[in-house]
Amino acid sequence: MMKPDRKNGTSLYRDAVYRLTKNRAAVVGFFCLIVLLVLSALAPLIAPYSFSAQDLALGASPPGPRHWLGTDILGRDLLTRVLYGGQISFLVGFSATAVSLVIGVLYGTVSGYCGGKTDAAMMRFIDIMYAFPFTIFVIILMVFFGRNIVLLFCAIGAVEWLTMARIIRGQVLTLKKQEYIEAAVAMGLSLHKIVLRHLIPNVLGPIIVYTTLTIPQVMLLEAFLSFLGLGVQPPMSSWGLLVKEGADSMEQYWWLLIFPGLALSITLFSLNFLGDGLRDALDPRTAKD
Amino acid sequence: MQKIVLEMDGIRTHFPLYRGLIVRRQRGQVRAVDGVSLSLAKGEVLGLVGESGCGKSTLARTIIHLAPPTAGKLFLHGADVTNPSPENLAAVRSNVQMIFQDPYASLDPRMTVFDIIAEAVLIKNRLSRKKLTGKVVALMEQVGLAPEFILKYPHEFSGGQRQRIAIARTLAMNPEIIIADEPVSALDVSIQAQIINLMAHLCRQRGLAMLFISHDLSVVKHVSMRIAVMYLGKIMETGPSEDIFAGPRHPYTKALLSAMPVADPEKERSRKRIILPGDPPSPINPPPGCPFHPRCPFAQKKCASTIPPLEPCADKPEQSAACVRKYDDELTG
Ligand SMILES: Nc1ncnc2c1ncn2[C@@H]1O[C@H](COP(=O)(O)OP(=O)(O)OP(=O)(O)O)[C@@H](O)[C@H]1O
Ligand SMILES: [Mg+2]
Repeated sequence: MMKPDRKNGTSLYRDAVYRLTKNRAAVVGFFCLIVLLVLSALAPLIAPYSFSAQDLALGASPPGPRHWLGTDILGRDLLTRVLYGGQISFLVGFSATAVSLVIGVLYGTVSGYCGGKTDAAMMRFIDIMYAFPFTIFVIILMVFFGRNIVLLFCAIGAVEWLTMARIIRGQVLTLKKQEYIEAAVAMGLSLHKIVLRHLIPNVLGPIIVYTTLTIPQVMLLEAFLSFLGLGVQPPMSSWGLLVKEGADSMEQYWWLLIFPGLALSITLFSLNFLGDGLRDALDPRTAKD
Repeated sequence: MQKIVLEMDGIRTHFPLYRGLIVRRQRGQVRAVDGVSLSLAKGEVLGLVGESGCGKSTLARTIIHLAPPTAGKLFLHGADVTNPSPENLAAVRSNVQMIFQDPYASLDPRMTVFDIIAEAVLIKNRLSRKKLTGKVVALMEQVGLAPEFILKYPHEFSGGQRQRIAIARTLAMNPEIIIADEPVSALDVSIQAQIINLMAHLCRQRGLAMLFISHDLSVVKHVSMRIAVMYLGKIMETGPSEDIFAGPRHPYTKALLSAMPVADPEKERSRKRIILPGDPPSPINPPPGCPFHPRCPFAQKKCASTIPPLEPCADKPEQSAACVRKYDDELTG
């Protein structure tokens, strides 16, 4: 039984965890995600082959007892490559999303909360950035800095935060007119307390949902960039790149598309279920009990 | 005469109107509050009435420093607090608290009753966990909420109960002055009286001064000792409650009173209503002269050119009206 004397301000998050554990889809999604993460992280220990070991004599072979998920045209073990590819995909997915999240939330909150001329100027800047062709931006980066995985995060973060900032700004704009925010201001609550205790908890739902949508999007964007030559270099690979290669040869070697595609889809669904669950859990009004 | 705690002197709150997306030019302004002078004594309940859009909420927001005044001065205990320094602002704010119109919007949906009230308690004093819980429970009991609801969220309550939570939060700040902006107009009629009585009781018990805003004279009648009638950002008439109800001196007050239903069916049938022609003018383009003259059944020529000041009536100094004619008998015609 919960008591009223628990730590102040944490009740929303505690109740949210409780509600999340009641949501079966979210729990399943959470476990799938953990399993995929752990497997990818442990790739060097559990992978049956080296990710660059070729067996040209074998070539592309379907799934079998020696190669559970089959091999690619160069005779490389697909299971190994999917495990190692997961490392890159998760790394890019999480860090680029984190970058866009930090920039987007800060930019959007400032723009929405300040309003007026500041807001107008900040939003025009975003419009200009949107209009900028992404491919040209990437090629320019490549010309100046060469191939580099850190650059990959920056390039992806630089496009993804735009949408995040717009969403957050819209939310903050409606929120700051809410009477409970005005009541908090009128009580003399300091700005950082208003942001931490009222603004952030109330925009958390959309932030989480959009974040879980951004991660798979970033993973696919990474495939596109790797294809252009920025980012992951062969023989290293990522899920996005594996899917792309698999799609090119799917008529002859279906397994090259199916398995990396499966890994990517499971991640996507898990993230979506988890995101939906989190949003509902953070909203006391949706509680059924 | 009681000690004056809050004084407004010629408060004007105008909102600029802009045109153009990139090059923004000021096109005009909304004169939401246009020269209001009122005072509030310790323990006094002042009722502020007026039609929708006349600037009541804006005046309230100006008093609690949510909408800065364009002109005029605001005094708290005789000290000028029109533009308080950031250090003073916190002290000024905790002394004047507002109860909002919509109890569905004024409570954070993601906070429990405990968190909502505790947040207000903790602004003024640091308390141990145990004392804090005791204080929150005590406040809940004072506003008639059962302590077992302490961990519930606002959406689990009815409108009346939510307004009780909002009142408890206000009391937690221990203010001297409460601004209640239509605190019952979002509630069921059956609940309204309970909430009004609770607020009146708490004010009496704690010696609080209250500005009670409403668009409904009958709501204000029960709680207020004094009444101020507002029209288009200006105060039209003010005076002791009984005097205003017994003998209004401003045609607008008279029209408002005539629109009030009477409990006695006999009188209700013979009640003569003054129907005002047209709608209230826009506060963007207020009419010259007396703001009420285009709708006034007693308007004279000079009403269109001169703004009558709010002055005490010659025969009744405690009652003031902003009208060229101030005698009851003149208004019967
Ligand atoms: N932030 C603002 N910017 C521009 N105009 C405003 C702003 N706030 C209020 N107004 C205008 O000021 C006028 C007075 O509004 P206010 O909300 O004070 O009226 P009110 O008397 O409280 O009405 P109601 O009974 O409907 O609550 C209205 O014409 C309104 O449109
Ligand atoms: Mg209002």
